[in-house]
Amino acid sequence: MKPIYAIPLLLFVMVGLALMVGLTLRPSEIPSALIGRAVPEFSLPPLDPTAQELSSESLRDGKIKLLNVFASWCGPCRIEHPFLMELQRQSVTIHGLNYKDLEDDARRFLNELKSPYTLIGKDKDGRVGIDWGVSGVPETFVVDGQGRILYQHIGPLNRQAVEQQIAPLLKGRKK
Amino acid sequence: MIAEVGHFALFLALAMAFIGAVFPSIGLARRDGFLSHLAGPAVLAQFVFVLIAFLALLYGYVVSDFSILAVANNSHTMKPMIYKVSGVWGNHEGSLLLWALVLTGFSSAVALFAHNLPHSFKARVLSVQSGIAFGFLAFTLFTSNPFARLDPAPLEGSGLNPLLQDPGLAFHPPVLYVGYVGFSIAFSFAIAALIEGRITAAWARWVRPWTLVAWIFLTSGIALGSWWAYYELGWGGWWFWDPVENASFMPWLAGTALVHSVIVVEKREALKAWTVLLAILTFSLSLLGTFLVRSGVLTSVHAFAVDPARGVFILAFLFIVVGGSLTLFAIRGGSLKPGGFFAPISREGALIFNNLFLVTALATVFFGTLYPLFIDAIFGEKLSVGPPYYNLTFVPLMVPVVAAMAIGPLMPWKRADLEGILGRLKFMALIALAAAFGIWAYVGDGSLFALLGLLMGLWLAGGVLFDIAQKARMGKMKASGSLHRLASQPRSQWGMWLAHFGVAVAIFGITASEAWTSERLAIMTLGSSQEVAGYEFTLDKVWPVAGPNYSAVRARFQVSKNGEPVASLEPEQRIYNSPTRQTTEAGIRTLALGDLYAVIGDASPAGGWSVRLYFKPLVAWLWGGAFLMMLGGLMSLSDRRLRIVVARKKALAPSSVAAE
Repeated sequence: MKPIYAIPLLLFVMVGLALMVGLTLRPSEIPSALIGRAVPEFSLPPLDPTAQELSSESLRDGKIKLLNVFASWCGPCRIEHPFLMELQRQSVTIHGLNYKDLEDDARRFLNELKSPYTLIGKDKDGRVGIDWGVSGVPETFVVDGQGRILYQHIGPLNRQAVEQQIAPLLKGRKK
Repeated sequence: MIAEVGHFALFLALAMAFIGAVFPSIGLARRDGFLSHLAGPAVLAQFVFVLIAFLALLYGYVVSDFSILAVANNSHTMKPMIYKVSGVWGNHEGSLLLWALVLTGFSSAVALFAHNLPHSFKARVLSVQSGIAFGFLAFTLFTSNPFARLDPAPLEGSGLNPLLQDPGLAFHPPVLYVGYVGFSIAFSFAIAALIEGRITAAWARWVRPWTLVAWIFLTSGIALGSWWAYYELGWGGWWFWDPVENASFMPWLAGTALVHSVIVVEKREALKAWTVLLAILTFSLSLLGTFLVRSGVLTSVHAFAVDPARGVFILAFLFIVVGGSLTLFAIRGGSLKPGGFFAPISREGALIFNNLFLVTALATVFFGTLYPLFIDAIFGEKLSVGPPYYNLTFVPLMVPVVAAMAIGPLMPWKRADLEGILGRLKFMALIALAAAFGIWAYVGDGSLFALLGLLMGLWLAGGVLFDIAQKARMGKMKASGSLHRLASQPRSQWGMWLAHFGVAVAIFGITASEAWTSERLAIMTLGSSQEVAGYEFTLDKVWPVAGPNYSAVRARFQVSKNGEPVASLEPEQRIYNSPTRQTTEAGIRTLALGDLYAVIGDASPAGGWSVRLYFKPLVAWLWGGAFLMMLGGLMSLSDRRLRIVVARKKALAPSSVAAE
């Protein structure tokens, strides 16, 4: 046995070890730069003219809540809608950020599907979305009573995200 | 009930794989003829049982049996039949079953058709194949059972990802798998040779056709995949250096090197250990591809539903197969003695040059693909490696490969006169240089990269034509005599010319489409026009269309040049209803000099539609080139020397006796 013939084996073992460590990592979970920070300052006009406006002030109301970025033109928003309704039934406060949408379309969308939202802010040109680091619709944030972002979920909500990520946060700080 | 039959058949296949992997080896060690003769029947039985399982699953999809979990998750009653069928392998569980089917199919082909193999050697090859099948079947049964039941059964399935509902993609996975799995044969031959401690020219003649088959399929699978990306993803690109694309490209690079190095073993009895290593590497990379796609260690647009438990299993399997074979190589590699002398300036020298650069290029792709993982593992940082990295590393490595491709085939075996060959190529080189500059200046506005691409393509095409002219003694004898000489060239010679010429054609396609694509993003109202590269696109009509399981907006563009109508393009934007997802179907027309390409986007609130229009010069040559490469492979495969049936008749040729 000449040592030179063992080189491929050595290289493989190194790669294999890296793959082993790699298995324990989660590349699809991109850490949000905003987690742990205070929400960006904003104030948005309500979708329903008689309702309250949605602002950074209204997020500092001492209670934990979700902020869901949605739009009538977004297909996956319809997919995650049942999860939002389910959370609402468990009396979780959910605010909606209506992202780059037309008022009439947004109203029709909510009439058709039922609204899970307490407050809805119109982010017509997407400015506030940019401050929140929104990269696509839908996205969901968990915000605590002091207005700090605890968690950001990119893409439509699913069973796993709701049960393993969002529910423990809600439970932990409900009171 | 049928699903249970399939499930049970899979268990029987697993048992057969165990028998086929273990008993023949015991038989060979104890010189027990009965046990060693079990190898053939065991792989045939595996194939039959996996086929039964596959048909059972297929039946579940065809009749939309939603009490099977995999069917409920991936199918839908409204789906056209072709996608119900392709849905079988459009997901993790079913694709594993397909993988097992192809694998046992290949093993059975060896068992049935490779009569000229010495008995002990064949038994070893088949037992290695059975071992691999055992691993895959166990993986399927214990982590990803395709027959898992769902109770209560839903009334409707959740549908197949609409992006995958496409004729190109229906056949992409099976073709790709035949490529991946086909390399298992070269792998098993390599392991058997290491165990027996001997490699001869006959070994190379046995390995070559199997390797060529796998290579042809892998080439066509990759080409299909890139073609799909081109017309379906709607931004006109065809290759993204995505981890999953790389996962198929790495075995292709290794397989290409293998196809070449096997020739050296056959002709010169040199490069034996290297060739064995390449055979192991090629199949290992196929397995690694499986691991990367299914374990979730890398993010990719292609990823299957990922599950870390599966990742652990495949990694363990990878350690056993790759680690085991490389350990065997470390122990036995030294005993594979090369025969004869070796001169660097020779055909074999040129092939080694080709191998070194291909493997280095492979290393850069490997590193680029896994770098994010390594960095994440060591420093905990997230990053991604994109096209700029590959343009800087992979592309420059291809330049010497292509440069040598024109020279290598002109060299004789054993010893060549490089100076003489370069002298004869001088004239051709000047023409290529002048033509490249001419085209570059005429088209104008091209980068240095474009000039380099043109030059490489012309140099290679010229080199192939020069070689043909030389072999035909064109100009040195009558035309009829030249034609006769060409007709009597061996098919493998023609295969090489076709394949190399195909590379040149593909280089033109890549260069022209990368360098001279014209693109326009605009908001167009009905009746308005946009000009792209001299073509006038007029938005003629936009109307809704209802498909079987989607609704779409279809647009019609009338394209004209200098007032003459050229083509009518009809791109679509589809909204699939289950699952809800938007896809684009580009409108494409291939003209002599390039593709017209149109995509219709969303309606703009102010009226009109956002559209993307392109003119992509010569982009179709890319797939034309790939087609020539495949044709070359087929031509080479049909060469008398390699034809399995012929070889069977001459089973007792002296070289194969030597291997007994």
